[in-house]
Amino acid sequence: MEKIETNISKVGGYTGRRMAKDKLFKHVMTFGGLSVIIAISAIFFYLASVVLPIFMPASMDEFKRLPLPAAQSGVVHYAAEELAEVGMRFQADGKVDFFDLRNGKALGGDRITPPAGVKITTFAAGDPSQKVVAYGMDNGHMLLARQAYQVSFHPNPKDPTKDIRSIKPSIDHPLGEAPIAVDPQGRALRLLTVQSSDEGTTAIALTEDGRLVMTAITSRTNLITGEVSTESESVELPLPQNGEIRQLLLEVKQRDLYVLHGDRQVSHYDVMNKSSPRLVQTVEVAPAGERVTAATLLSGGYSLILGTDKGNLTQWFQVRDKDNNNHLTRIRDFKPMRHAVTVIAPEHFRKGFIVGDAKGDVGLYYATSRRHLLTRSSGSEPVQVLALAPRANAALVQNTDGALQTASIKNDYPEVSFYATWQKVWYESYQEPEYVWQSSAATSDFEPKFSVAPLTFGTLKAAFYAMLVAIPLAVMGAIFAAYFMSPRMRSVVKPSIEIMEALPTVILGFLAGLWLAPFVDNNLAGTLLAIFLLPFSFLLSAYIWHRLPVSFTQRVGPGWEAALLILPIILTIWLAIELGHTIEAAFFGGNMPHWVTNELGWTYEQRNSLVVGIAMGFAVIPNIFSIAEDAVFSVPKHLTSGSLALGATPWQTLWNVVLPTASPGIFSAIMVGLGRAVGETMIVLMATGNTAVMDLSIFTGFRTLSANIGVEMPEAAVGTTHYRLLFFSALVLFAFTFLVNTAAELVRQRLREKYSTL
Amino acid sequence: MRDWFKGGEPWIWMTAGAVALSLVMVYAVVWLTAARGLVHWWPKPVVETTYKEADGRVVRLIGEVREREEVAVVRLREQGYNIDTQDAYTHRYLFKLGNKDITGVDFKWFPAPNLGQFTYPRDLITIERREWGNFYGHLKAVKQEGQVVAEGDAAWEEAQKRLERGTALFREALRLEKVDIGRINYQLERLRLRERKLMLQGRLTEADKAEFARQRDKLNADYGVLQERLDRVRHDLERDSLMVETMEGQVVEIPFAKIADLYMPNAMNTLQKAGFYARKFWEFISDDPREANTEGGIFPAIFGTVMMVLLMSVMVTPLGIMAAVYMREYAKQGPLIRTIRISVNNLAGVPSIVYGVFGLGFFVYVLGGSIDELFFPEALPAPTFGSPGILWASLTLAILTLPVVIVATEEGLSRVPRSVREGSLALGATKAETLWRIVLPMASPAMMTGLILAVARAAGEVAPLMLVGVVKLAPSLPVDGNFPFIHLERKFMHLGFHIYDVGFQSPNVEAARPLVYATALLLVIIIVVLNLAAISMRNHLREKMRGLEGV
Repeated sequence: MEKIETNISKVGGYTGRRMAKDKLFKHVMTFGGLSVIIAISAIFFYLASVVLPIFMPASMDEFKRLPLPAAQSGVVHYAAEELAEVGMRFQADGKVDFFDLRNGKALGGDRITPPAGVKITTFAAGDPSQKVVAYGMDNGHMLLARQAYQVSFHPNPKDPTKDIRSIKPSIDHPLGEAPIAVDPQGRALRLLTVQSSDEGTTAIALTEDGRLVMTAITSRTNLITGEVSTESESVELPLPQNGEIRQLLLEVKQRDLYVLHGDRQVSHYDVMNKSSPRLVQTVEVAPAGERVTAATLLSGGYSLILGTDKGNLTQWFQVRDKDNNNHLTRIRDFKPMRHAVTVIAPEHFRKGFIVGDAKGDVGLYYATSRRHLLTRSSGSEPVQVLALAPRANAALVQNTDGALQTASIKNDYPEVSFYATWQKVWYESYQEPEYVWQSSAATSDFEPKFSVAPLTFGTLKAAFYAMLVAIPLAVMGAIFAAYFMSPRMRSVVKPSIEIMEALPTVILGFLAGLWLAPFVDNNLAGTLLAIFLLPFSFLLSAYIWHRLPVSFTQRVGPGWEAALLILPIILTIWLAIELGHTIEAAFFGGNMPHWVTNELGWTYEQRNSLVVGIAMGFAVIPNIFSIAEDAVFSVPKHLTSGSLALGATPWQTLWNVVLPTASPGIFSAIMVGLGRAVGETMIVLMATGNTAVMDLSIFTGFRTLSANIGVEMPEAAVGTTHYRLLFFSALVLFAFTFLVNTAAELVRQRLREKYSTL
Repeated sequence: MRDWFKGGEPWIWMTAGAVALSLVMVYAVVWLTAARGLVHWWPKPVVETTYKEADGRVVRLIGEVREREEVAVVRLREQGYNIDTQDAYTHRYLFKLGNKDITGVDFKWFPAPNLGQFTYPRDLITIERREWGNFYGHLKAVKQEGQVVAEGDAAWEEAQKRLERGTALFREALRLEKVDIGRINYQLERLRLRERKLMLQGRLTEADKAEFARQRDKLNADYGVLQERLDRVRHDLERDSLMVETMEGQVVEIPFAKIADLYMPNAMNTLQKAGFYARKFWEFISDDPREANTEGGIFPAIFGTVMMVLLMSVMVTPLGIMAAVYMREYAKQGPLIRTIRISVNNLAGVPSIVYGVFGLGFFVYVLGGSIDELFFPEALPAPTFGSPGILWASLTLAILTLPVVIVATEEGLSRVPRSVREGSLALGATKAETLWRIVLPMASPAMMTGLILAVARAAGEVAPLMLVGVVKLAPSLPVDGNFPFIHLERKFMHLGFHIYDVGFQSPNVEAARPLVYATALLLVIIIVVLNLAAISMRNHLREKMRGLEGV
């Protein structure tokens, strides 16, 4: 054949053209067909490629020394601007140096100068997101300053489409340049903590004579003159019981103060009321013999991270108990550093932090997911000053040798870990560890909660209730349709089932949510009664039919039982609904949902699993039905004829011959149905409340993976952890349904082979 | 009895019951949709009755009865109703009271024992307003420029005439606003983009600038003229108004500019009602939605659905057929092609939302984003193709329905008898000729079946569309009179999404419910008809092929 073809193709003229056309057609079809197949399989690879980055470990470049001029006095603080291009160095004497963070080039500087004759005694940095710093002085005053970065764009002479960006660092003073009194008695400030925002400024200081003083400053701008008038109020705080005060930490909202004192004690003050602060409690935060050596507050000011001289790291925050009292509670431990912790710095917006130890190691951690991301060595000297760039994409480290080292960090998905996605996590402001999915909120210091557990649970719960409805109806129906039903009835039933399959799920969901749910709510007893009574109505009808004179039943003939049952079904449902209200009145105080809530103590929601089970069962029945029917129908006829010939009744034949043969097919039908139930979106979206709760109750709703994608995907920002986790859900659904369907298909193919050999 | 059980007869009845229950469920769904959807266009009588409040006051109620249900008296008492009855159960009525701007309540349940006699006064009028929903009341008078021109029985005649005038003016204003002024805005935007494009390319000369400025001035001048005309029409529209008495006895003035339709349902006879029904049905399928989609028509949703499905068909048919022909006719039939066949089959079972995620990530963000950067840099950062739109929606659904078309086509190809192919080849035809002239034409009904099933699936699919281009209210259709006429990057409305959105996201679900049922009915009809067509076509084809096999 091939030889003839090649011979013919040599022939020119008309035949040659035809041969060329034939070849062309073949190539076009092959190319087109293959590209379609490749394009389809690309779906999987694309989804996987989006998901993959969240499983990539965080990375950090080697530390690089920046050639900055040496600081005349000690360095107390580093800061970087949003794009990590420009940095600032604050020296102990009030000198501020600006530099290019990429190459260390000096960009000038500024100076925060104390009045003549006054000396700077201490330094405090506010929450990094507010960019405020303060120097405390020996006259009881402080100088408040703020980092400012002015970004401007200039046209690029070479490429008009891209402007050149330049960033000009400077220092400004949110409350004016004049020193602000913190201690009304004017004694030198030994330790200082300060927070300043648009709402006000609070400074708390330890004076040289051992008093703890708080000063709150509120500033008002006169709308007409633009003049800023400030009001300040000072008050003394009670001192903690024992131990030398070593660190003061005021959180960013200026409501809570944590004082580190002694070796291992933290006192928590409630300073929300600026005129009457109070000491709430003192907690031992480390075992005896261990000394807390570093402490910081995570972004949002809720969590306290403590590091000890043994390298241990713990997270603490206040937990509210039943009586509305707050207790500072140890939330979780992190993988320890190898040496004593010297300094900890928080990320600006997420719940991450960076830790330096006494041997120059720097560790990157993430609180919510309890992850230790990586450790890098910055030399062998102890780490002295540590900072992260606002986007947590660069670290600034200075060891005791005084040189600044930087390293860029790639750490986009620290929130994801097995622990954070599948286990109970203790989130900030929660009373106990919980499974929570809450991907976004209005505030910027919000802690994202990415527990996939409740969504997976919801998916399985939905599938479970749907299958509970669908399996008996579809499998039994398929058996009847394939084995007992008269051909004429089949010609009505099969298209009906196909219509059932084709009905858009949005219609089913809509009817379930807006018609069935309120109906069930108003007729709960009736609905449950109907479900309970239906099988008995079948049996009763069967018995009545059995007792009818044969001459009459013969005329209808076998195979029409299903048609005969339609009327009893309608009657039974009608009867159950009619009786339902009487029953509710007699036993459930007239309101069964109310009774369920009050007497049983179960949560009752109008859009609950019962409604979804019925609606989604409806959607799944045709899938299972057609495949199971096919499996039963194609059982070779000689098997059944043999059985019947040996005297078995049709049911015995079915039970002992047909079903054992067809069971793999029925099993594969159920698998396909399960695949459909797991991925169904619109029905669950519309017929449940979509709250991610975890309980098996039939009277509550749930949130499934698919509905979650439908709700959150349009709002998810491209490339974020949230976006990729939604892709991950999609990939899981894809893989699950694909595997289940493939397994089902293989089972069916083997069954077909078996039939053909029988 | 025991023999009867042992023989298995009852179990057969149980399986029969499963089939019967499934059938009951299918037809119940269809019936429920039809019964609730079909009444949407029928004029509902307006009831006037009295209601005894909890404090014993008796008030007048005017409104439509929307629902009646049995309810436990306990439940009602829990809700604070004061009900004087010994029964455990009673009925309650859901009234649509309208007049939302005056009372703030559109729908309210009233327990039957506290309601008085229902009466249907013939002068009760239903006003469909363009804002704030329906208004019910007694027609009092018609005013022109504040002067009463007709009162009492004469008012109705006069009101109808003025409504006609008002509607015509409103249409004109709408046309001016949407079509004419819309065109000018569109042209201004294109002008801006052209100028920016030239600037980005560095080719913007002073002459160009002057030309652009000239064109802009001209458009702005046209705009001024149109705006003036629009203002005039709007002013004319303000002329007439209607005086109506509400159920509280307050007389309210409603300008005709706010009235979409008005009728006296209690005074209509059956024939008039039928005419009204036909008119309302036509409005439903040909008008734009009003009041956050809860009133008016669904034309944009129908249009969007049809256009998306057409686009999808254009894409899916050649691709599906090519893949099927390759797999069935050209590929070597081995384990590899069997694996591919199984995979393609199984893709039909992958949840549709997954395709939506893929479409959003790959088509919209990756493909669309690149297209924007290459071809529409002047519009950036506003996306052109880089945001969800009808093109990406149809492409996503094309991939979603590809397995359906492939499987159906393959089945059709496999049913073409070998004898027919061999006959063609024996007569000297090449393989391509055999396929093109003999096999594909014979398999074409199968392909059609596949395509119809694909269309039916696409028309009913919502989950993926929510991600790739459907919106609750599209400002303009994907096809209009502005060059290049077909705007594939635009977002669109869709029947299925309309049901979800109006039924679940709208602020006044109760008011929207009849409309949602009507929309659902339309969608069900479309899909059932498509599927029945596919089923009968397939059966017909099987018969034909069976006949051929014997030849």
